[in-house]
Amino acid sequence: MLRWILGGREAQGTVEKSAALFIGEEQPKNCFTEMQVLKGHFDIVRFLVQIDDLRFASAGDDSQVLIWNVETGECLFALRGHTQQITAMTSYTFIRGRNAHTALITASSDRTLSLWDPDSGHRVQNISDLQSSVKCLLVLDRLDVWLSGGNELCVWNREFELQCKTVHHSDAGISAMVELPKNFIAAAMDKEIVIFKLNLSGSDIAVMAMRHLADHQDTIHSLININGDLFASGSHIGELIVWDSVDWTIQAYEHILWEEPAGDSQSEVKLTHQKQIERSIQHMSSDGEYIVAAVGSGLYVYNVLMKSVVAYRKIAHDSNVLHTMLQEDGRLMSCSEDGSVRMWELQDLPLPAEPASSGFFGMFGTFGRSSKQTGPPAKKIPEVPSLRSLELIGDLIGHSGAVQMFLSFKEKGLVTCSTDHLLIVWKDGELQSQLRSLAVFRKLEENQEL
Amino acid sequence: MIGSPDVVAFTKEDDFGDSFSDPCSLPEEFSVPLFAHTASANPWTKTSYAKFPKDFILISEFSEQVGPQPLLTIPNDPKVCGTFDLNYFSLRIMSVDYQASFVGHPPGSNYPKLNFVEDSKVVLGDSKEGAFAYVHHLTLYDLEARGFVRPFCMAYISADERKIMHQFQEMSAEFSKASEFLKSGNRRAFANELEKKLKDLEYTRSVLHKETELQKMNNGCYSTQAIEKANELANVEKSIYEHKDLLRQITSYPSRKKKDVDFVHREAEKPTDMSVMDDTLNLNHSDTGDKAVETESDSRKSTYTPQLIKAKSAKCFDKRLKTMEELCDTSFFHQTLEQLNIIEKSFRGDLCFIYTSQIDRALLSKQRVTSFLFEAERDQECEGTSKSFNISSNNPTVPILNLSGEPMSLESYTTCIDVDHIKPSVESMEGPPESSTSDITQETSEAADTETKGSFSSDKSIEAFGSVSPSSLHVNFFDGLERRSKVSIASPSENASRSIAIPPRTSDGNLVPMDAACCIGQDGFIFDEPLPELAQECCGDTVVNQEPQSLLQGDPALQVDYILEDSESPNMGLTFSDLNATVLSEEVAKINIEDVSDSTSFMSASTSSDRAVSPFTYGSALTLKQKKKAGHSALRFIRQYPFAQQAIFCLLSGRTLVILGVDEGTVRKLVNALFIFVPNLGKYGETVQPWLSSPFQLTDLQRWKLIGLQRAVSPAGSSILHSLNRYSRYISILDCDNKTLRCPPYKGTLISHLADHRTQIKRGSTYFLHVQGMLSQLTAKAFLYTFCHHIHLPMDVNDQGSVRSRRTNFLLQLGYTVEESKIVQYLSELIKQHYIQGAPKGVNPSFCFNYTTSYLYKI
Repeated sequence: MLRWILGGREAQGTVEKSAALFIGEEQPKNCFTEMQVLKGHFDIVRFLVQIDDLRFASAGDDSQVLIWNVETGECLFALRGHTQQITAMTSYTFIRGRNAHTALITASSDRTLSLWDPDSGHRVQNISDLQSSVKCLLVLDRLDVWLSGGNELCVWNREFELQCKTVHHSDAGISAMVELPKNFIAAAMDKEIVIFKLNLSGSDIAVMAMRHLADHQDTIHSLININGDLFASGSHIGELIVWDSVDWTIQAYEHILWEEPAGDSQSEVKLTHQKQIERSIQHMSSDGEYIVAAVGSGLYVYNVLMKSVVAYRKIAHDSNVLHTMLQEDGRLMSCSEDGSVRMWELQDLPLPAEPASSGFFGMFGTFGRSSKQTGPPAKKIPEVPSLRSLELIGDLIGHSGAVQMFLSFKEKGLVTCSTDHLLIVWKDGELQSQLRSLAVFRKLEENQEL
Repeated sequence: MIGSPDVVAFTKEDDFGDSFSDPCSLPEEFSVPLFAHTASANPWTKTSYAKFPKDFILISEFSEQVGPQPLLTIPNDPKVCGTFDLNYFSLRIMSVDYQASFVGHPPGSNYPKLNFVEDSKVVLGDSKEGAFAYVHHLTLYDLEARGFVRPFCMAYISADERKIMHQFQEMSAEFSKASEFLKSGNRRAFANELEKKLKDLEYTRSVLHKETELQKMNNGCYSTQAIEKANELANVEKSIYEHKDLLRQITSYPSRKKKDVDFVHREAEKPTDMSVMDDTLNLNHSDTGDKAVETESDSRKSTYTPQLIKAKSAKCFDKRLKTMEELCDTSFFHQTLEQLNIIEKSFRGDLCFIYTSQIDRALLSKQRVTSFLFEAERDQECEGTSKSFNISSNNPTVPILNLSGEPMSLESYTTCIDVDHIKPSVESMEGPPESSTSDITQETSEAADTETKGSFSSDKSIEAFGSVSPSSLHVNFFDGLERRSKVSIASPSENASRSIAIPPRTSDGNLVPMDAACCIGQDGFIFDEPLPELAQECCGDTVVNQEPQSLLQGDPALQVDYILEDSESPNMGLTFSDLNATVLSEEVAKINIEDVSDSTSFMSASTSSDRAVSPFTYGSALTLKQKKKAGHSALRFIRQYPFAQQAIFCLLSGRTLVILGVDEGTVRKLVNALFIFVPNLGKYGETVQPWLSSPFQLTDLQRWKLIGLQRAVSPAGSSILHSLNRYSRYISILDCDNKTLRCPPYKGTLISHLADHRTQIKRGSTYFLHVQGMLSQLTAKAFLYTFCHHIHLPMDVNDQGSVRSRRTNFLLQLGYTVEESKIVQYLSELIKQHYIQGAPKGVNPSFCFNYTTSYLYKI
């Protein structure tokens, strides 16, 4: 037992043997050397929404929404009013007078929808007695309306007046929505993607289902916009489909299979059952060119233009990945149920132009033993030079429960929220130190002590 | 921690003078005067032949029945005064009471008049007894006493004349507080007494009135009985009038004193007394005064039944005089005793010790930006004495110690001695000061002059310290320093003090509010320019005045010597190079603890302190004493554990150190040994958790920098281990069962100086001082780093990168390794956060860390 604690890395190694990888304590590329713990919630925190450059809102199962200042870590307001857990939250920017105001729309299991003013902390609007609880929200800035998706799709205007709604759908309801060009909406409902059209005639808005895309074999967990022309959906069994936004045709189809080595031991066979679940695409994010998909506890980077896999990590975390993000500098982040946030860098493999060979597979030695033996199916990587490696450059450990989501404020920091009721703001210690120095000199100047 | 008595005591010029000359020696104002070193001298041998072992406070009364008599001593223990004759000394100290505070019928006035006399403060020496005393006279009112007054005095009696002289200011301030408690309690009690008396009188009058009417009815207007009764009635009427007048006087006592910051502050500490104070305050406001009196008397009507009294009071020898406690409100009396106990404690011990700790405090108060890092929070009892220094530190332009090296002027010295000739100031309480009162004070002050002079010149022993011996020169130089520093301290308030003496009358008797002046009180007179002839006179009469100056002025060469010695000496104690530390510690080791006087007696306790009593008790502040004791544990720790340096590095660089162990005692002992290295320890040691038996959270790592953790085989134990493992990158783990330490590596020399396992320092308190010295040095560097303008501000907008490199280079230039830079950076961050104090309430502070590899160190 003692060796386990104090033995340091070798002990750590045994713990992590089955796990993906262990980066160690030396992380020169990890700039997050300062953290601030934000306490306020008393249940799982699931949602983070950025309000402006300084503020963000957090919400979760304790039915309250807290508004924070990311620089100081101050809790500005606690928005209370919902009686049950919050199921969706989005920011809503509109023009009042000459200024743009940002408000928050929240939906809760108590079948209410609320509009909050984050400047005053007041509940501006509230709608109760909905027929079903809302699972997703979508704001259409262009039309100045917003949509709520539950068992039915409702369209609301800024004054919280119901404009129109669809008929009751299945029990599954709408789990995700994206906006498509020409006033079309794509909504994920169980295994289908339904395309709705908003008809605007004067001030009246009507909504009607246009088409049902039933190409997924299993429940769709993730639906995102890639760019103006494409959107993507990911399903429970690892199907990744890229769709054309205008004519809704399939542009690319990837079935991600984390294949198991054939002749492995009994214990490994047991694991294959788990692997079925681990193929689920929990979350996707995109920067218009690449898609990062959280597949089970692995990560999958797909180039939309090349229609090919760029890089992947079969086991990127010890447990399911819940949220991912592509950064501008080619790095990506992921958080997981294992309580950690990991930062990755896409690195070119040292042998770029060589054709596939056994040497190529050797490169995957860093991935771990199992992946070396298996390797990805050949059809997934038709062009070897485009395949790059996903290198772990740092991890953030602080939460004691699953990290549900994170929100980046660029150089101001990164906010994570977790099952352990906490929010943590991770900051660049060096930068913060410089800012504090500036603040010191400013105060010295104010006090005329210079 | 810069000047510490046990360092000072062992510095000898002949040991170090030649061998050691450090170019970067300490500035002169931080130096501590040398002990007059002679061949066989032990600094703490008693040179005086006092009959009492240590200083004490004596309260005496000049009783109108039995004359001067001692009432009580503090500490209240017959042993304190030994064979010292308290009765005789009471006679001495009361005999210099010149006040004759006039109460009664002043000429030209029909009614008795209360005179609110300021207390008088004198220094008095008695060669025969080997006793010197600061004597604080005050009068309390007693309706039954002759002239309504009872003279009392409080005396601080010490065998050390220098102590009394040097600490006069501080003593005066502290005793004034005590006196103020007594007097306000007394005013209250006196007012009550008057009210009762008035009721009695009014009752008597009504009874007499009835009787007179009856007599008139029965015997006619001119019967002897009727006339007698009428006379008696007239007497009672007059008495009522007088008493009413007295009551009016006492209740309209100027409220200036109430504004005294300290006084009110102390009141605030006792919430129960606040109401009492408010009462008195109400009484004092002329507008509401009468009303308040009425309501008060209304409320008392129910409790007090008036009695028939005789108009004439009893002969003074027939009655029992009230005790001091009866004279004042009981709560006020106990407050006074408390204050006196504080005084006794704060002036206990050697003058050198008091003096250095005063310098210490004064310097610390200037370092508010960084002192939170490592400096001990002051003990409660010390707070009082630091007041007078604080006043000066509020004004940064006034140097606390004005050590110009010039011989001090005769004037400045005589002004100090002029203390003895304080004139009782006239409290102009109502109307313009009447000529009669001012005449009286004039007389009394003259009388006082002669009295005090007498008390000095009658002393044969004065020659002893007046004689010019080489040893006394140092002492005199010391005197000079002290005197000059005092003068410079109080000078800003000089004007204010003057204006007290002749208070400008505004409407309602509002006096000009002067906070500083209130603290200093009458001592402001000290700084008045003395009249030339007075100064002359002083020089002629008092021996004390003469000796040091003439010599210093007469022989400049000698004086230069002192200065040289002075500038050299502190280095030896304070720059702990290896050599010095060794020699010094040997010196320390040689000292027989029993020779050490009470000032250092508590240090000796630390040498035998194997008992590691944890200083972390809930809600109690950490004291310097506990830290010094911890020094001993720390010394043992660095001797026993070869990885002590790494552990200390973790603490200094802000990485939480977890001490893991099965046995609570062992863990606590280690925590005890290491807590002196924790920066920003907090007044109550908030950043240390000495014993924790539940798993810790992430936020705990932010809060606690040193944690004692229980290793247990239980579900709780395994979750503790889990949290240890999870947060291993943020913590270092010292396993005291297996004697291993897991932490990042440290390279550098700084900590090896701080914690050298071959150190020759043997005593814990000495080691603590060594640590404090090193840490002060480190703090100074961190301060420099924090406030160096050019390394933190970007040259232009796109200049973030160069700031980083400038910072790094700056630290490298200071001679720090990468690891040591982390320490300075951590301290700097703490200083910044402390300075900005920008974090709103309820917000967790940020928690900085590094991604570095840890290694396992074994014993």
